[in-house]
Amino acid sequence: MLTLTLAPKTALHIVPVGAKLLALMLFGLALGFAPSWPWVLAAVLAVAVLYGAMGLKFAWRGFQLLRPLWPFLLVLALWHGFTDTKLLGLMIAGKLVAMVALANCVTLTSRFDALLSVIERLFTPFKKLGFSPEILALTLALVVRFTPVLLDKAAILRQAWRARSNKRPSWRLILPISLAALDDADHIAMALRARGGFKGQD
Amino acid sequence: MEKTVTLTALFAALIAALGLVPQFALMSGVPITAQSLGIMLCGTILGAKRGALAVLVFLLLLAMGFPLLSGGRGGLGVFQGPSVGFLIGFPVAAYVVGLITSWRLLPLIWAALAGAFFGGIVVLYVFGIWGMALMLEKSFLEAAPLALPFLVGDLIKAGLAALLTRWVALLRPMALLSRR
Repeated sequence: MLTLTLAPKTALHIVPVGAKLLALMLFGLALGFAPSWPWVLAAVLAVAVLYGAMGLKFAWRGFQLLRPLWPFLLVLALWHGFTDTKLLGLMIAGKLVAMVALANCVTLTSRFDALLSVIERLFTPFKKLGFSPEILALTLALVVRFTPVLLDKAAILRQAWRARSNKRPSWRLILPISLAALDDADHIAMALRARGGFKGQD
Repeated sequence: MEKTVTLTALFAALIAALGLVPQFALMSGVPITAQSLGIMLCGTILGAKRGALAVLVFLLLLAMGFPLLSGGRGGLGVFQGPSVGFLIGFPVAAYVVGLITSWRLLPLIWAALAGAFFGGIVVLYVFGIWGMALMLEKSFLEAAPLALPFLVGDLIKAGLAALLTRWVALLRPMALLSRR
């Protein structure tokens, strides 16, 4: 399964993930208190320049990731067009686009393992409460491994459906997919236990 | 312990898979993805705690940059967008779904239906609308109509979740943790 992280290294890939996340949080906080439109415009331009500095391909990828926002921007345009508060509407839209774009930028330039180590560090205080970073890492790895497995099973079931019916595959396929998830969980639990399991943890 | 871990992981994978498979034709062909159905199934089958845990694992992977949301969306950006309320509401919804499903006064199918409705729709919409109101700087009531286009699909999905739970109970009685 592919992640959204871009493979070609940019200058931002080298910045520690913790620093990027902190910057993102501070940026969001500052943007929340932005008093007037020049501030928002500056924020949007700053993010645009950041993307531009990473190259054309990177900027295009970032633009593609913003596409799911269009229904909301349309709603804002209609609302503020009718109530004649266009400047306010532009400010809200600008804040939204800048925040999402900057967050996407962190995702695009952060590797899975780097993010995983940040999460492990964040959860360390919970170790005393019985939390185990190893088990969390194993759980995440299992999800990453079994999402494509379930997708493959769904694809096979759809083909079997198509071979036998001239109707489109329906929601009924969700039952065998759910059963596959339950059965796989059973088998993996047994396999883990056979290999020693999680000793002394419950 | 092993079973909890694998069930959590496999149901997180199930939520992802249901969002990523090409859309199922529901009833008269309203094209909607089954992702929120996955959230409901987590509650009705795994129960409150494990269901919510599976959803949390799904969200964690989403935040780490895996494009697991329907339409291949993911990454930190979706947590900064207007849909963030729905994401925060997902685990709470799964918990409420599981809580109501475990209510033994009702037969399983009705308890699951009530759970999927109150948890998967009422609770989830309150979080989702609240998030959209906050991000788009509107009031709660002004943002509420934005969730309406999904209501019919979600009502159908609540019905399907109840039906599927009943079938799973028939085929894998031991696996129905929400009622144990």
